[in-house]
Amino acid sequence: MSSAQDRFVALSKQPLQAVGTANGGALSTWTTIKAVFAHREVLALMVRRDTKARYKDSALGMVWTLIRPLTQLFIYYIVMGKFLGAERGIPDFAIYVFTGLTAYGLLSEIVSGGTSSIVGNGGLIKKIYLPREVFPLASVGSALFNFSIQMGVLIVALFAVGHPSLHTGLLYFFPALAIIVIYATAFAFLLSATNVYLRDVQYLVDVILLILLWASPIVYSWEMARNIMGEGLLLNLYTNNPITLAVLGFQQAFWVGGAPAAQFPAELMMRMLIALAVGLILLFGFHRVFARLQGNFAQEL
Amino acid sequence: MADSPEIVVVKDVSKRFVIRKDNSLKERVVTLGRAGKRHREEFWALRNVSMTIQAGTTVGLIGHNGSGKSTLLKVLGGILDPTTGTVARRGRIAALLELGAGFHPDLTGRENVFLNASILGLSREVTEARFPEILSFSGIGDFIDTQVKFYSSGMYVRLAFAVAVHTDPDLLLVDEVLAVGDEAFQRKCMDKIRSFQEEGRTIVLVTHSLGQVADLCDRAILLNQGEVVFDGDPRQAVVNFRNILEGRRIAEEEVAPVQAHVERDAQIVSASAHAVNRRPDEMLQTGDDLVLSVEVEHLTDTDEAWDCAIQIDSAQGQAVYATSTQLLGEQLRPSKGPRWVQFILKDTRFGAGKYFVSVSIMHKSGVHIADLPQACSFDVAYTPLAIGTVYAAPEFSDLGSLK
Repeated sequence: MSSAQDRFVALSKQPLQAVGTANGGALSTWTTIKAVFAHREVLALMVRRDTKARYKDSALGMVWTLIRPLTQLFIYYIVMGKFLGAERGIPDFAIYVFTGLTAYGLLSEIVSGGTSSIVGNGGLIKKIYLPREVFPLASVGSALFNFSIQMGVLIVALFAVGHPSLHTGLLYFFPALAIIVIYATAFAFLLSATNVYLRDVQYLVDVILLILLWASPIVYSWEMARNIMGEGLLLNLYTNNPITLAVLGFQQAFWVGGAPAAQFPAELMMRMLIALAVGLILLFGFHRVFARLQGNFAQEL
Repeated sequence: MADSPEIVVVKDVSKRFVIRKDNSLKERVVTLGRAGKRHREEFWALRNVSMTIQAGTTVGLIGHNGSGKSTLLKVLGGILDPTTGTVARRGRIAALLELGAGFHPDLTGRENVFLNASILGLSREVTEARFPEILSFSGIGDFIDTQVKFYSSGMYVRLAFAVAVHTDPDLLLVDEVLAVGDEAFQRKCMDKIRSFQEEGRTIVLVTHSLGQVADLCDRAILLNQGEVVFDGDPRQAVVNFRNILEGRRIAEEEVAPVQAHVERDAQIVSASAHAVNRRPDEMLQTGDDLVLSVEVEHLTDTDEAWDCAIQIDSAQGQAVYATSTQLLGEQLRPSKGPRWVQFILKDTRFGAGKYFVSVSIMHKSGVHIADLPQACSFDVAYTPLAIGTVYAAPEFSDLGSLK
């Protein structure tokens, strides 16, 4: 019985800890961060599970992650670029579209994957306690993994067309990426929690994501939007959409063939930094909503 | 275990569930406001539950379906938040609410072991170190590198249990998972639970097997409609639980007495047990003859032959004894109206405790006409020399050294 005694001694040294979610504002956000950090191995394994299981038993496997964006690229390049003439005034049009699609694809994958993450892992949530933040964050992780593959393709393509992005514009990449990840994660928290209570959310998200694709200068140029809207409030609203800012940032960084000559909104970097700050506040707020709602996840699923 | 620390402290926990009948946006908009109240129903799954569990004890949670025992287990595990009240806990916990929760069908057994172990709180290095042990305990062998969707349900469960018991928990929450798997595996589970007990781990167990409660637990908590109605000695808890079940059964019969009997050929009106040459309130002694009288009433003019069977269960729910007119070679012809039949069990040697008698009548074909579970009960007097459900007078002699 000595092992039992050892166990009791070890146990009595540990403090009694309250179980469940504390609703203590910023303090509980900090405890959440610590809890998620403590479960970082689970997080990593969940990301691997998602990426591995998705294309298991398919002959092409990971290649499928690329086929969708490449098909999109092909369609936009042919239909929008050639037929509708959108490529006029946009040099390296294929690179331009693919840059935008890569940025948008990351956002779309985090938001849609995140939204269904809690409902999709219902079996686990009902049976085992894990910090629930792990599930949306795992979607973020697997989306980032796919994103990195796409980025690899983009970089190869840049070298192929002879315009590798070795310039100071590359600095725009980091805030742009941060904007997408922060906003998408914030919405993944909000939507995954609300989706538990109202399953309509996941369908609504699909529709809104479709709109967002066209609400940013991905397959057309910002200049075209400006020419139609004119300088004014409308253009400012359009431009300050964080996704638009992020897409413009990506284009600054990678669309070397056109970026120096093309028209970009003034103070792009400043706008991006403001968007970033707003995004962080949103992330905090939406996570509070998530924390408030998660206590009832197990019974609502 | 009096000197062991508290591992779980539950204070005044209540849990309310709200059941909504409108689950889509459209329905919710339509039933917005006051009309929405009609579309929600609330009930309290737990009411003012307080308890303290000492480390090293094994606690059984019993109660009928819907009594709140699984909810309580989930609250202990942090899976559900209580509506009011607090739960405090220390040490490492493993919740076995469902074996293989979190197994992904498309991953191999090996990958799932790592994923599941990490979900249960084990680091990668520790899992790697314990992997051979887990593998041999599960008995999966070479199938470990096969996707788990190709596993038989037995293999699945064995692997999941193997992972769960190798996570070194201080507190193990178990929800009826021990009822799965073949007999050899169940024995393995039981052995593991016993060794857990020896190692001073705390186990909270939800089960419907009352025999298991009396067998394994140091303490049992009986829940009824979300409230703790008994907390203490497992044997007493099991007896109380049977009384609740009996009360419910009688209440149900009173609600629908006509419907229950209308289409039957016959019904069992009552049954009683008493020892020959003893007053009805006296306990049965070893060697007594036990008389079981059953009142049966045939309701129709059928002429199909019938049988009567009795079964005696121990207070732990274990079947101890059964016999029937078929085994005795009796031929019973039906006759409309009430009649008495009687079994006399000669020279009984039951162990001390309470026993319940269930009665069934059936056609010759084996189709049951009517059952009366726990129709009556009898008590067997305490015997100082032996315990168990059978009694035989023990004698001992030391035969000395064999040389």
